[in-house]
Amino acid sequence: MSRFGNIGHRLFTGELSFDFVGRRKLWVALSGVILLAAILGLGLRGLNLGIEFKGGEIYTISKPGVTVSQAQTVANKITGDNSSVVQSASNSSGKQITIQISAAENVSTVKAISELSSQLGVPANQISTQVIGASWGHDISKKALYGVIAFMVLVTLYLAVAFEWRLAVGALVALLHDMVITVGVYALLGFTVTSGTVIGFLTVLGYSLYDTVVVFDGLKDATKKLGTQSRLNYSDAANQSLNSTLVRSINTTILALLPVAALLFIGGGLLGAGTLNDISLALFVGLTAGAYSSICVATPMVAWLKERQPENIALAKKVKQRRSAEAKAAAEGVVLDQADDEAVQDNEPVSSGTGGGSTGPRRQPVNRSRNDRRAPGKRK
Amino acid sequence: MGLILAVAVALVAIMFATGNTTPRLGVDLAGGTTVTLKAVAPKSNPGAVNSTSMNEAVSILQQRVNGMGVSEATVQTEGSDTIVVTIPKGNNTNQIAQEVGTTAKLYFRPVLAEAASGVAVSPSASASASAGASKAAGASASASTQAKGAAAGSASATASPSASKTQGDAVTGDLTKATASAGASATHAAGSAATGTAAAAATPSASASANSTYGTVPADLAAAFAKLDCSQAAQRVDYQTAENANAVACSSDASLGYYVKYALGPVSVPGTDISSASAGISQQNGGWQVNLNFNSAGAGKFTATTKALSGKTSPQNQFAIVLDGKVQSAPSVSSAITGGQAQITGSFTQQQATSLSNVLSYGALPLTFTQQDVTTVSPELGSSQLTAGLVAGALGLALVILYSMVYYRGLGLVAIAGLAVSAVLTYSIMCLLGATIGFALNLPAVCGAIVAIGITADSFVVYFERIRDELRHGSSLRPSVQRAWPKARRTILVADFVSFLAAAVLYFFTVGKVQGFAFTLGLTTLLDVVVIFLFTKPLITLLARRKFFSEGHPMSGLDPKRLGVRPPLRGGRRPVETKEA
Repeated sequence: MSRFGNIGHRLFTGELSFDFVGRRKLWVALSGVILLAAILGLGLRGLNLGIEFKGGEIYTISKPGVTVSQAQTVANKITGDNSSVVQSASNSSGKQITIQISAAENVSTVKAISELSSQLGVPANQISTQVIGASWGHDISKKALYGVIAFMVLVTLYLAVAFEWRLAVGALVALLHDMVITVGVYALLGFTVTSGTVIGFLTVLGYSLYDTVVVFDGLKDATKKLGTQSRLNYSDAANQSLNSTLVRSINTTILALLPVAALLFIGGGLLGAGTLNDISLALFVGLTAGAYSSICVATPMVAWLKERQPENIALAKKVKQRRSAEAKAAAEGVVLDQADDEAVQDNEPVSSGTGGGSTGPRRQPVNRSRNDRRAPGKRK
Repeated sequence: MGLILAVAVALVAIMFATGNTTPRLGVDLAGGTTVTLKAVAPKSNPGAVNSTSMNEAVSILQQRVNGMGVSEATVQTEGSDTIVVTIPKGNNTNQIAQEVGTTAKLYFRPVLAEAASGVAVSPSASASASAGASKAAGASASASTQAKGAAAGSASATASPSASKTQGDAVTGDLTKATASAGASATHAAGSAATGTAAAAATPSASASANSTYGTVPADLAAAFAKLDCSQAAQRVDYQTAENANAVACSSDASLGYYVKYALGPVSVPGTDISSASAGISQQNGGWQVNLNFNSAGAGKFTATTKALSGKTSPQNQFAIVLDGKVQSAPSVSSAITGGQAQITGSFTQQQATSLSNVLSYGALPLTFTQQDVTTVSPELGSSQLTAGLVAGALGLALVILYSMVYYRGLGLVAIAGLAVSAVLTYSIMCLLGATIGFALNLPAVCGAIVAIGITADSFVVYFERIRDELRHGSSLRPSVQRAWPKARRTILVADFVSFLAAAVLYFFTVGKVQGFAFTLGLTTLLDVVVIFLFTKPLITLLARRKFFSEGHPMSGLDPKRLGVRPPLRGGRRPVETKEA
């Protein structure tokens, strides 16, 4: 772990730096491919909507000894055809069988229960049933959609006030990105969409933004006094802040994913298909997408928008001039290698003017104000 | 820190003192049935779904469910247009679910024949008469008072309460023409019931009369009518098939001491044609009455009906007010009532008049309900889902604790303590909310609580990483802790606000399961802020004074060496850092 801690420190100082912002094209391409796949999947395959969206009945029987084929036989007898879906899952108290009958079959619930009860030898009060009107799923998704829209409007307004509109746009794009990916995964892999999925999906909204907000908060800090120096342009500063908060982002994501993974494991492993599984699966996909998008979509997007601001264009120009001067100086052999030690950090703004370079190959600064204290040596 | 611990202790104490040591479990964990009904406004009146109509619907549904003898059923609105009926385990849920789901139907049907059914709940007619009377006109009321009340309400002195031989006085009365309407001066007495039968209600011969059938039962209903025994609760159901068909029906209560069964003609006025109904004081006798207003279609039908009925003899001069297949009242008519207004008079108490007017106004709700979801969970399935939820929660918690310990060492203990406080608060609040606002913990809510472990842990990460950042700047621990806090605080507040916003929006826009999930998520997000402000921060400040942490013990998670800070730099850099921070 200490090695990992070290990585944290090296990321923090900028000694170790991944160029997230600079690889904008890579992310655009990567996200583009994923999004395209998601949209294609959605368009071509569509979502595999659960019975909650079509209407029908679900009977759940937990009785040891009842097999799927037995249940299927009875179910076929009830419906008069073999349209019903019979699944089994083992749980802590034995095996559990679910029988789904579509509403189109027009089967009386009472009759079905008595049939199942007598044919399978299960007491009627031990059969769990769910009868769903055809409008239920659509209704819940319609409400969810309104909720999503309301949330997006509110959160964009909030972020625009708390940060600024460019960051709000970045967050919104990242959010849409995560949502499309989550829905796309469901379409592509053919997972059944249930009301649990809708819940998980809606939770992704809050979580995906949590990550983004943590990243943006660092970004805001890091770029506050950008105008007073000429070492870093906006993208550089953004990238540096990303790197310095990378460990934090990774940790928050891991810690958020661990309980979800536990849910997924228990939900899937012990209960078979069920609400727990549905919620956690959507959350798992969404959270993973959210972690990626906070770093690789939201921030590069913001940097791209910010670089179009007049003051940042001016800054970029200044930085370019300075760098070419530095390069010239370097070419002339005036090299001072202390730069590594003084990275610009998110909470140590570049105002001191002593910050080191950040991206890609390290820039070698020429003039140092406090470099006399620095030993150029390696870290332990 | 002391504050939050005191609050936690207090909550737990309240929890034990009130005996609410476990949260109320939702149907999917405890077993039982939920019926989700969604109101659909008719096309002609899109604004019909409003809080007034929804509340009325809830009270009607509650009455229906209670009427079915279900214990502890709850009827709640969720969102603006959804009603959820929760029936605990141990009831005959399928039948209930079916009945609850049906739309309230209110019809006026002409009475063709009537008879007491399941004779003499009480063989003593005087007792039964007084029972009915007490409901109608107060404890001391007797048949004679009813007669008086009815008579006073009508010009015709011959009027006697038809109720006395039909069902309940409470729902009986004579119809008088609206005084407001043209030619309304004439009062149309009802009560053309034979005086003999009127007397029967007040005399011991009631049971005898109860055995007789009055009027003519149409052939198509003869068998059903003969078989119908309204004293059996299971038989007091809706027998109506179509609006244009005859039907049998039972009275809605046994206010006379016994139930009355009816043979009814086709619907003459549907309840939806009533534009309004209200309880009011009669200007003629000062008693309570129910004022009815029909819309134009209803007025026409009502005129025709009363005209037809007025020419007939008892009991066929009555029309039955049928709600959900049960006769609420069967007033008699003696002449056509025109103008779309009518009063039902009788010896009503204020409460009875109000209740009948509610039935008339809202009984045929302007809303139709579609049954969206009926879920019955057997107790076995419920408990296995609960187990799975708890196991998943324990596993998730264990993983988070493990990760925190490995990565944050000593600080991990702080995180665990914070999680523990958070868990205690969440659990006790859930228990107390179950007792106070009826919050029921369902599977999605459990799921939300588990997911919330991550949110709580995330706040710690934000703070810990900030402290480490400060350490990396070369500060020693105590200033680091202080300086990291304002920055971490802002991040946590903004991030938690976004989370809370998501939960709040979910809560307001959705129903049922999703709402339970959103509620838990919102609650835990709030608690997260409380815990980090009032517990974690003070705890870390305290711990920073301890040698173990301040000297950066390797196991403290704050060892500058492990964080990669080069110790020799610390002394030299510190003043610079202080200035910049």
